[in-house]
This record gives sequence, structure tokens and C-alpha cells, in this order.
Amino acid sequence: MSMLEINDIHVFYGAIHAIKGVSFEVKEHEIVTLIGANGAGKSTILNTIAGLLRPRSGQVLFEGKSLNGIPANKMVGLGMALCPEGRRIFQQMSVRENLEMGGYSRPAAEMAGSVEDAFKRFPRLKEREKQIAGTLSGGEQQMLAMARALMSKPKLMMLDEPSMGLAPILVEQIFDIIRELHQAGTTILLVEQNAQMALSVADRAYVLETGKISMSGEAKALLQDDNVRKAYLGS
Amino acid sequence: MIFLSNLVNGLSLGSIYAIIALGYTMVYGIAKMLNFAHGDVIMVGAYIAFCALQYWGMPPILALLAAMGLCTVLGITIEGLAYRPLRQATSLAVLITAIGMSYLLQNLAQLIWGANPKSFPPVMIQLPTLSLFGDRLKISGVTIVTILANIVIMILLTAFISRTKMGKAMRCVSEDRGAAELMGINVNRTISFTFAVGSALAAVAGILLCSAYPILMPTTGSMPGIKAFTAAVFGGIGSIPGAMIGGILLGVIEILGKAYISTELGDAIVFAVLIIVLLFRPTGLLGKPIREKV
Repeated sequence: MSMLEINDIHVFYGAIHAIKGVSFEVKEHEIVTLIGANGAGKSTILNTIAGLLRPRSGQVLFEGKSLNGIPANKMVGLGMALCPEGRRIFQQMSVRENLEMGGYSRPAAEMAGSVEDAFKRFPRLKEREKQIAGTLSGGEQQMLAMARALMSKPKLMMLDEPSMGLAPILVEQIFDIIRELHQAGTTILLVEQNAQMALSVADRAYVLETGKISMSGEAKALLQDDNVRKAYLGS
Repeated sequence: MIFLSNLVNGLSLGSIYAIIALGYTMVYGIAKMLNFAHGDVIMVGAYIAFCALQYWGMPPILALLAAMGLCTVLGITIEGLAYRPLRQATSLAVLITAIGMSYLLQNLAQLIWGANPKSFPPVMIQLPTLSLFGDRLKISGVTIVTILANIVIMILLTAFISRTKMGKAMRCVSEDRGAAELMGINVNRTISFTFAVGSALAAVAGILLCSAYPILMPTTGSMPGIKAFTAAVFGGIGSIPGAMIGGILLGVIEILGKAYISTELGDAIVFAVLIIVLLFRPTGLLGKPIREKV
């Protein structure tokens, strides 16, 4: 069954037609990646699914239910979380508070021990528990952003450029975490510029070019595809 | 001893400015707008308390609660009717709307209560005057209540913002509205709540102001409103401790300036100090310098 279904969405920024009829799906327990150059519209698609942007036409279905008209703040309660581009952690709040805000949509009774569970998965954050999030290193901020998104126990986790600006060793760590999440049963929609890493972790992939999907298929197959290799893998 | 007496008066006036400034700074921090009608909510609060005491025969505590309650409703209504439809509009449009709202409230007040000044009943705060140093320093009951009220409000508000779920949601919305929505925070409801708290505090400020300076008319709120806005900018707009410090400093500077430099130039001195502070610290005393980590 498809967890997420995008049907022919068109998204505009004012007069700019950013997404020109994109359709794709994410099935349960899959890792699907959207790859493409800067400005192709990858983040726009994620922000549209999360309700921060509205499609002018077309539909987003989550577990078979249309998300049209549902406000952004209700999405997390439906079981999807977006770890946004540029992390957007709450810089002035402590690490613990950031995690607590991640669980904002869940009842307080359910939250007991959740922060501690997050610290188990991200021990580095435990060391920084009381620190103001804005003072963390880039890698720690990315971990915090992911941990915060996970606090809502999402069925679908959307990650927007989690490797951006990170040292290679940290990129490896972030992708290890993505694999772990997947093994734990979370469905993942991953947007990346680092096509090599994204394709090696994903089941299926869609290639986005100036607001349209130009190619799609098994991630392994795309990794071998000559056009993809030339355009996105630098070989 | 006269200096001490001036200082206490300055603290008291500054406390009123601080309570008003809290409303400005919270709304600015969370809704990212300057609510220039805030000063006039103070005036409405004072009129409601006036009516409650004078015409409805309520005891002072009920008059306070009535003023706070009705101002809360007024604040939520203003936000919902005038500002919410402009959420995606330019900040200039919102600013002009706020100025318009300010005049609307003043004119409505004139329509309802008339243009003639009313004398605010002294029954609101009936506390004996405190005499210190063998009667050389006298502090009125109103002054004591005002300073204490300010301290209590500051403590409660700080605890609220740092501990409660709604308080934390307010901080999230203040920092990043989009990220707050991703957490599941209802931004409109949070902004509405901020207006409610700010307006309830405005009612308290209105009553304290009119207890200290018992002349009530439709423009009563405008000058204190502008001074409190100045105080909020002075302390660093968006910062709650900043509003508190800015308000108190402004009150003390105003009173000391009037006492020792020139009565006529009191207000000019206040604004001159503001300009000097902003020249050296453009974000105010406790304002957050704008920085971003990549």
C-alpha cells in the first residue's frame, strides 16, 4: 500500500511555476529519494507535503487520505514529520527543550521517557542536554533536528538535505542513522544533493529537473545509469 | 532624601512602563508586528475599571478582574479581526492597520465615555502611605502596589514562558514560525494567546496608571503607550527582561530628568537617551544580535 501519494501537483511562488506536475509515491517501509540539482524543486515538494506550501492544483494523499486544506500544524499528528532544510532547530532553546517541542503533538503522558530514548539513539545530544542549541556544531545540530523530528514517532519521516554542510565522516553517521530508522520500521522520503549517498541507501529514486520528474526507478539501477552518473555523480 | 523619593517615584512610573512594554515586546517577539493599539487597550482597561467602580458598584478586586477579562476579549478580537487577515501582508500594511486601530479605539472611547476627563476613583488601591526615616521619605500605597505588581508579573511571566507548554510554544513561534508548525504548534492560536496575555497586562497597567495619575480620558493611553514602546526598544524589543529593564530605566530617567534638569524637557531627555543607546547598541540593551550558524 502506498503511504504517500503525490498526484500531479503544481506549486507556485508568486508567478514562478516551481513544480510543474509532479507525481510519485512512497510505499510503506520504503526509503525513497528525490535527487536533483540545486533549485530543481526538491525542498518545495517536501514543504508542500508538510503543508507549509499549498499546491495550486493536484493532490497529496497520506495513507489514502487527501491532505488538501489540512493546516501544517495538523500534519505531525497524522504521523508524518519533516526534518527541514537548514535544520531549523530552535537556536535559543536548550537541546532538551528542542526535543520536547518535537513531541508537542503527543499527549504528555505518552511523552514520559521519550527524551531519554532519543538520548540513547543520539548519545552526543545527552552530553549537550542543557546547552543552548545554537551553540552546537553543525553535525550535532543535524542530529538534534533528526532527533526532534523523531520525537513525534512518525510513520513517514521526510529528510531535507540532512548531509548539507557536513564533513564526510558526519555524513556517514547521518546515513547510518537513516538506515537504522528504516530497519526500525520507519518509512523515509529523503531529499539529497549528495546523490551517491542517497542512491546507495534508497530503495527507489526519482530524479527532479526544473520542477519535473525526468527519471525514476530502482536506486541501484539509477546508480549504474550513464545519464545519472554524468549529471549527478560526477563520472 | 529627596533623591530617594524621586528614585522611588521613578521606579513606580518605570514599573507601569515595564508592564505596558511587556505587551509590546511579547507581541513583537511572537507575531513580529508592532501593535500600536496596545497603548489604547490600557485606556479601555482603565475605563472599564472606572465603570465597574463608579457605576456597577463592584469591589476593587472584581473591577480589576472585569477590566482584565474584557481587555483580554478586546485583544483577541483586535488580533482576529484586524491583524490575522494580514498575516501574509507586508509589515507596513500591518503597521498602518495598528495605527488605525489605535485611533478607532480612542474614538470609540470618546463616543462611549465622552471627551471630558474623568477622575479615576482613589478607592482602587487603598493602602496607607509608608513613612520611612522619621517621615522624611514617604512612599504612597499606590507606589508600593505598582512596584510589587511589576515584580510579581515579571516572575509569573518568566516562569510561564520557560516552563509551560504554551510558553515554550510561544518561544518556538517567536524563533521560527514554520518550524513551530512542523512541531504541531497552532501558530494562530499562539499569537491570539499572546494578545490575550498582553491585553490583560495592559488592563493592570491602566489601573495602576490611573491610580497614580487619576485623570482618565480617551487619549490617556497614547503617551504611556509610546513611552512603553520606547522602553521595549530600549531594552531590546522581543526580550521580556529587556522590556522590564527598559521600562524601569525609562521611568527613572524621566523622573530624575524632570526633577534635576528640566520639567519641560523630561520627555525630550527620555528620547535622547533612547537615541544614544540605539546608536551604540542598535538591538537595544538586551536585544539579540542577529547571528546565524551555517
